[in-house]
Amino acid sequence: MADEFAIVGKSLTKPDAFAKVSGQTKFADDLALPRMVYGRILRSPHPHARILSVDTARARALPGVLAVLTGDDLPIKFGILPVSQDEEALAREKVRYVGDPIAAVAASDEWIADEALDLIEVEFKELPYYMSIEDAIAGGAEPIHGRSNVHKAVALEFGDTEAAIEAAAYRREDLVFFEGNTHLPMEQHAAVAQYGADGKLTLWTSSQTPHYVHRALGKVLELPMSRIRVIATPNGGGFGGKSDIFSHELVAAKLAIVTGRPVKITLTREEVFYAHRGRHPVLMKVRTGFSADGRITGMQFQSFLDGGGYGSYGVATTYYTGALQATTYSIPRYRFEGVRLFTNKPPCGPKRGHGTPQPRFALEIHLDKAAEALGLDPVEIRRRNLVVPDSRTVNWLRITSCGLEECISKVVEGSRFLERRRQMPLGRGLGFAVSSYLTGAGTAIYWNDMPHSEVQLKLDRNGGVALFCGAIDIGQGSDHILAAIVAEVLGVELEDIQLTTADTDLTPIDLGSYSSRVTFMAGNAAKAAAENVRERLFRVAAAALHCDSDDLVARGRRIFRRTRPEEGLSVAQAIQLAEAENGVVTGTGSYTPPRLAGPYKGSGVGPSPAYSYSAAVVEVDCDAKTGEVRVPEVWIAHDIGRAINPVLVEGQVEGSVYMALGEALMEEQSFRLGLHKFPSLLEYKSPTALEAPVMHTYLVETIDREGPFGAKEAGQGPLLPVIPAVANAVYNALGVRIDEVPITPDKVLKALHDKQKRVGPTSVPAFQFPPLIKSDVPDEWRGK
Amino acid sequence: MLRLPRLQYLRPRSIDEASELAASNPAAAFIAGGTDLVPNLKRRQFDVSALISLNGLDGLAAMDGDAKRGLTIGSGATLDELAQHPALAGAYRALAQACGLVSTPQVRYMGTLGGNLLVDPRCNYYNQTYSWRKAVGFCMKKDGDICLVARSSPRCWAVSSSDSAPVAVALDAEIALHGVQGRRRVAAAAFYQDDGIDYTNKRRDEVITALHLPSVGKLTSAYWKLRRRPSFDFPILGVAIALAWDDGAIRSARGALGAVGSHPVEITAYLAPLQGQRPDDDLIAQVADAADKPSRPLDNTDLNHYWRKRMTKVYIERALREACGLEPMAGRLSAQVAR
Repeated sequence: MADEFAIVGKSLTKPDAFAKVSGQTKFADDLALPRMVYGRILRSPHPHARILSVDTARARALPGVLAVLTGDDLPIKFGILPVSQDEEALAREKVRYVGDPIAAVAASDEWIADEALDLIEVEFKELPYYMSIEDAIAGGAEPIHGRSNVHKAVALEFGDTEAAIEAAAYRREDLVFFEGNTHLPMEQHAAVAQYGADGKLTLWTSSQTPHYVHRALGKVLELPMSRIRVIATPNGGGFGGKSDIFSHELVAAKLAIVTGRPVKITLTREEVFYAHRGRHPVLMKVRTGFSADGRITGMQFQSFLDGGGYGSYGVATTYYTGALQATTYSIPRYRFEGVRLFTNKPPCGPKRGHGTPQPRFALEIHLDKAAEALGLDPVEIRRRNLVVPDSRTVNWLRITSCGLEECISKVVEGSRFLERRRQMPLGRGLGFAVSSYLTGAGTAIYWNDMPHSEVQLKLDRNGGVALFCGAIDIGQGSDHILAAIVAEVLGVELEDIQLTTADTDLTPIDLGSYSSRVTFMAGNAAKAAAENVRERLFRVAAAALHCDSDDLVARGRRIFRRTRPEEGLSVAQAIQLAEAENGVVTGTGSYTPPRLAGPYKGSGVGPSPAYSYSAAVVEVDCDAKTGEVRVPEVWIAHDIGRAINPVLVEGQVEGSVYMALGEALMEEQSFRLGLHKFPSLLEYKSPTALEAPVMHTYLVETIDREGPFGAKEAGQGPLLPVIPAVANAVYNALGVRIDEVPITPDKVLKALHDKQKRVGPTSVPAFQFPPLIKSDVPDEWRGK
Repeated sequence: MLRLPRLQYLRPRSIDEASELAASNPAAAFIAGGTDLVPNLKRRQFDVSALISLNGLDGLAAMDGDAKRGLTIGSGATLDELAQHPALAGAYRALAQACGLVSTPQVRYMGTLGGNLLVDPRCNYYNQTYSWRKAVGFCMKKDGDICLVARSSPRCWAVSSSDSAPVAVALDAEIALHGVQGRRRVAAAAFYQDDGIDYTNKRRDEVITALHLPSVGKLTSAYWKLRRRPSFDFPILGVAIALAWDDGAIRSARGALGAVGSHPVEITAYLAPLQGQRPDDDLIAQVADAADKPSRPLDNTDLNHYWRKRMTKVYIERALREACGLEPMAGRLSAQVAR
């Protein structure tokens, strides 16, 4: 096996590593163009208010101010989803959260820009505001958008869940709450715009989705997309927080057009908290029937999402809170009802795991409690319900490779979970949970029949390979993956690959670095492009070597005969032969996911060409007198399909663990008086290196038949099982159930003194979900 | 990014000149390590147009004496130096502990003892950017006229957030000041004032030049700090304890709490039952149980303030036990509860 591949499967240093650690990487904020000026944005001080007037006269008069924009300068609405075009670059009639952009200035320096903001006079009529799910449902005189605070409500059912649950030997219902949190990337969002004398606009931006930014710029600025170039700069952390279209990108572009000068806008850390698009707070109710031996008979799942002031990805998020329950467990009958409410907070969106960590948290706690009631251990109840490879869930999701069982074995054996959990002293505990996640969304954000990823290669006559792809490396290592795949196929070395990525003028489309799609989709496109061009090289090489091209192998910068390896030529020679024969040597490849959506409305969210699987055991050390919870050790196994670069996969897995521990124990978006309580890196608590536990990481390879070399995702899935495993471990340690995150010390202490030994929600608000869309169940589930 | 205000940077050659510059320049502030000052300036928490550097001035970096004679520590000593200084390994250990628990290694390399003694009292309505404070409505500590934590209060309730200040009080230290009117020494307990704005009686032109720790016989001390994370965070409770011993019995006990008021809150009176005693689990627990009385945290720091109040007893017990040479976590208030 060691020789199966030259590059794939090896823990090689990724191409951007040295520039990153030596400070040579140029992030968007590092860009400085001649004559560049600085943009700043005036933001709403009120959570909900009508804008009566905006007076910019004094700001315009300030020396050094080049331009002032208000909402009327950019009146066209936009949004990441075609169904939620509800945002304005600068609010015109209403502001919907503290931090909502209202006006913008360009000035010769940031001091003048700040001073100018303070000179803009805005007259508001303050409106009653809604800061919680309950407030939003209760409603009031003026909803945040339209006629109601309900943004989206969905109700789906696959088979008769009520009958399945009522007939079950054991039924239980649990209420769980997941507080919102934010991405906290190290790099603040930044954009630089330049409008050339040729009438072309260039935007350099710290973005995960340059293609969607390109589309939105065209729409809002009313410019043909051919006159706009979007370049995604090296990204200092995204985690989903840079996959929207942001006000500052549109504003920088407009200011560049208006002033004729390059304009830079870098958000302050506080503004990053307002840009947000982070984890939705979700209140959940899960009700499940079990047979006496612990098999799930049916499940009803309700979620209430606190969406913040705008739509963002929220419609998709709503569906995601109900989509992946059945990708880990065989659930024969399933009902999902979800509602997303508008509230007067910064808009929520996708954060690592997009809409699935919250229900996963609920589900894994719920199963832990059910196991105890049924006299099963936490591992056994899951094993009895596991999905199997090459199957279909009751909500029509196609499962291909699935290494969940092996993941479970790895962490359970590695941690000696079953023996040790019964022997822990008071205050120490072990918790267990499993999960799965998408490897790329099966449908694009806007409806079209075109590929999701495209790669173009141009081979140099000296053996170099120029690789063009719209994908942006957000730190996960996608540049390495693309280069590794192409180098493997063409038999060249990593250093022979020159990457040009995420530049809408130069690179073919990749939809973006979101939904864990890049390795699978751009990787497949890269593989196809490389195979395409290799075919041409093999044809000329076969002619030169007087052999059949099926007999050829490309490796070590040579193309040679498999049967007689000494007979061959260099890759460069083959390129030269091909170029002499037919001109420039290029190749393209693209990837379009198979059509996987089930036969019901709402089936577009959830399908993926492959699912990754994870299992985790978390050990906690709790102080029963203070309620503090520390995590000394974590065991995590992840079904990666195939690790194209194991050290990158381990990095993603361990980064996920660390982020999950922050969400489990401390991170929360808190509000007071309508304001974010602490929009700062110091006071928004996120773990430091000192809290990082010892991690035992196991990679499980299932070689997915559709993934590039069998690979699946690693960037998001491993976060999912860790959060419920922490809650389950706290229960094992102290006998208290904290049915909400973050699990802060005051909650633990409260639960220790509570009669029920529990802290968590006790009810869900009265809400009339829409009539159930009743879908057929797939054939294999009929009669079960 | 957030920019500093435009500032003049003044470099006096002596402490005298530094004081004179401060006296003649009402919009100036002293800067040593700058780790507290600079972020606060970026958020426009002070109206300052000039900084007077105290770095490199003679007489601020000296360390002299020992526990027998008393120890003088120059205010320019960095927190990192003090955290590992051999002179603080014995009786004065609480001070080394406190300095070593301030923020991060980077901040401890830059931050000074003088700066930490003078940490601007913090409040999560106040340590915010100008635009955030404008949105919520300015508070009396800067630009406004009410206290947002206690709206009917005539005073500011910003929280004393220094780790070294409660230790200075517990160790009965004196603070040496140098101003245009001369030098003076003031007991730490008298230096701090229970007001979030006027939190010390230091005059504007006065520079803290040193901290004097008194000569002691057999003395043990300990500092316990409560915060969310073991790095970065300011205290949301600090407990400093100093015990003087005679033949295995406590001769006198002093203590102070940090971060539960606008000044270090002295609990010495509550420790009186320890006098003349050979402490055991029960006595320590009894004393700790009562000594949290003056702890009155408000909802203006990290974490729930009711919880912070409940933690006071637990942390007093742990600090007392440590100062008594007992296993800190094994006390009656600290023992793990039965399931």
